[in-house]
Amino acid sequence: MNVDVLNRSEAPASSSTRLMIADCDIHPRLKSVHELDPWLSARWKEHLSTFGLTHRQPYERGPAYPKAQPMASRRDAWPPGGGGPGSDLGFMAFQHLDPNNVALGILNPLTPSGQGAIHPDLSGALTHAVNHWQVECWTSQDRRLKASIVVPYEDTAASVREIEYWAGNPDFAPHFAQVLMLSRTGEPPGQRRYWPIYEAAAAAGLPVAFHAFGHGGHPVTGGGWPSYYIEDMVGHAQSSQAGLVSLVIEGVLERIPDLKVVMVEAGFAWAPSLTWRLDRQWRKLKLETPHLTMSPSEYVRRNVWFTSQPMEEPEPREHVRDAIGWIGWDRLLFATDYPHWDFDDPSHALPLRISEDQRQDFFMNNARKVYG
Amino acid sequence: MLAGMSLPLPIDCDVHPVLPGLPALMPYLDDMWREQVVRRGIDELYSISYPSNAPITTRADWKGADGRTATTPELLAAQGMDPFGTGTAILHCLYGVQLPFSEDMGAVFTRALNDWIVAEWLDRDPRLRASIVVPVQSVALAVAEIERLASDKRFVSVLLLVMGEIPLGRRQHWPIYEAAERHGLSLAIHAGSSYRNPPSPLGWTSYYTEEYVNQANAFQSQLTSLICEGVFSKFSTLKVVLLESGFTWLPGYLWRLEKFWKGVRMEVPWVDRPPGEIVRDRVRLSLQPIDAPPDADDMLRLMDHMKSDELLVFSTDYPHWQFDGQDALPTCFSPELVRKITVDNPLNAFPRLKELRESVP
Repeated sequence: MNVDVLNRSEAPASSSTRLMIADCDIHPRLKSVHELDPWLSARWKEHLSTFGLTHRQPYERGPAYPKAQPMASRRDAWPPGGGGPGSDLGFMAFQHLDPNNVALGILNPLTPSGQGAIHPDLSGALTHAVNHWQVECWTSQDRRLKASIVVPYEDTAASVREIEYWAGNPDFAPHFAQVLMLSRTGEPPGQRRYWPIYEAAAAAGLPVAFHAFGHGGHPVTGGGWPSYYIEDMVGHAQSSQAGLVSLVIEGVLERIPDLKVVMVEAGFAWAPSLTWRLDRQWRKLKLETPHLTMSPSEYVRRNVWFTSQPMEEPEPREHVRDAIGWIGWDRLLFATDYPHWDFDDPSHALPLRISEDQRQDFFMNNARKVYG
Repeated sequence: MLAGMSLPLPIDCDVHPVLPGLPALMPYLDDMWREQVVRRGIDELYSISYPSNAPITTRADWKGADGRTATTPELLAAQGMDPFGTGTAILHCLYGVQLPFSEDMGAVFTRALNDWIVAEWLDRDPRLRASIVVPVQSVALAVAEIERLASDKRFVSVLLLVMGEIPLGRRQHWPIYEAAERHGLSLAIHAGSSYRNPPSPLGWTSYYTEEYVNQANAFQSQLTSLICEGVFSKFSTLKVVLLESGFTWLPGYLWRLEKFWKGVRMEVPWVDRPPGEIVRDRVRLSLQPIDAPPDADDMLRLMDHMKSDELLVFSTDYPHWQFDGQDALPTCFSPELVRKITVDNPLNAFPRLKELRESVP
């Protein structure tokens, strides 16, 4: 986590001898919503300019909880040529992709992406445009980058159409690595209204990633709305646990055995205790879930991966080795969250003595296995 | 067991007296509400947090012919205390009196419930202690209920459910904590919800299994709230005890909270030391349920991650089904740790236990 601003004004050092990495959480940003104009109809452009883009949260602009940094970004991530952090591919390459030897970068557009918009048709129109934008402006320009099919997940039918549109076209399909949802869904994500989305993703051979955040409209705790940004941030771990519990107990992973689920930016240290708890309670309450043929932990072990950022930093650091061991060294995907303020630097993210194989798996091979 | 033996008897910090039914409260209601119960056909106030016949709610071998147990101190003693050699048990009644939307109704029924606890339990078995159940629907009425009962030293804590209308750290609740601290009562937070919000951060779940598993998340969120709002900074001696919360989530949870605290502590400057330190100083968690790794070595590693042997307090969670036979304690725990969990830590978690113990010759 970068709290203090480091001096990054000098040209990045040569990276030729360093490990190649996969960065499974990079956030490209629109320079402005008008960047989407080429792919939006007159109706939606007019709607946006008249009513704006609203979510299930109080403010017309900006987040419900003020972020820790402007645009939740590193202070040094504003491109010199203008635009917000993450909006300039050249500068992203210069500041991050080149010096950190990123061989595979997964794009997760958030700001804005149309996901979680109050108006379902606007959500559909914007996400479709954002997918075009990713292909035109990012993945066609830099082959290291792979896009996410951003889907308007509260509209199941439109989401399925969106997946089929991109995955079904041989020119487009190679640009996409996964289907992206946000973790704060309107209902628990295992519920049946969402199943066709997972079926379409699995049919296309694409993982479904749940990125922390979103606007489901429910408090981030079962006990109401907290006061502070820190609570919202820490709370993503709890809401993502509820999401994973729903996917397991509703039987999504039973019905779609080859579905790959990636939990993004929600932490991972909660996973061992959660799966122990799930197994324990499932054994006692089994009568309720005859549709499950394996223990919950077996589904998680088979179908679920976790991105690493924000990296857990216990004292002593060795404790995190136990946690990763309990989850499985093959289940963690390195991510930086560039250009956000809590960026994890690949040189410092895993200060543990681990085997070369474990290091290669963590920084690259696991991602290759998930994303092909 | 005899007083004066070298080994102190275990203190069970989480047992649940079960109300046999609403009629049992009738003698403790005022005339107006006695009449309302009859005229309006108010049936029962059992909460969906523990469906009456769900396997977790009552352990099968403890069940009576009517499907319930724990309805009398004799049953508690025979099933929940004597087999474990328990010397003291703390009662936390989960009858759904915090659930009515009306604060008047909440206050009347909590008052009746507390009076029932005194008359039918505390007065009948000197080994019992209890939580004051409070009508959290109204902070003022909750404080009044604490004031009404605080002089009875057999009450050792104030009971809140882990999911209510607003997070527990929020300042509206502070008069409850002020009253608790002033009287030396601990704050006991138990699994359960008043269902003012969906029981998961993502909405209503389909399965009870999910809801029960997600209770652990709710404890995590409430700990964040209590810490970040500054409850522990404001109330410097208040002890918080999480009941039926699970505890194996604590280390991983604290790693994340401490990391974000380092990053954004400017937002909550009154949190003036690492959250893990606050928790180790002021928060205790009940033993059951133990959401343990399958392997005993991993369990011991996890206990290392807890970074303190003072965090856990013994509980059977009677009559809930958390374990079979008498296996309430993991066999891999050392005798020293068992002694801490069963005796020393509970005395620390509930200061009134000690006060009472010292006052008895």
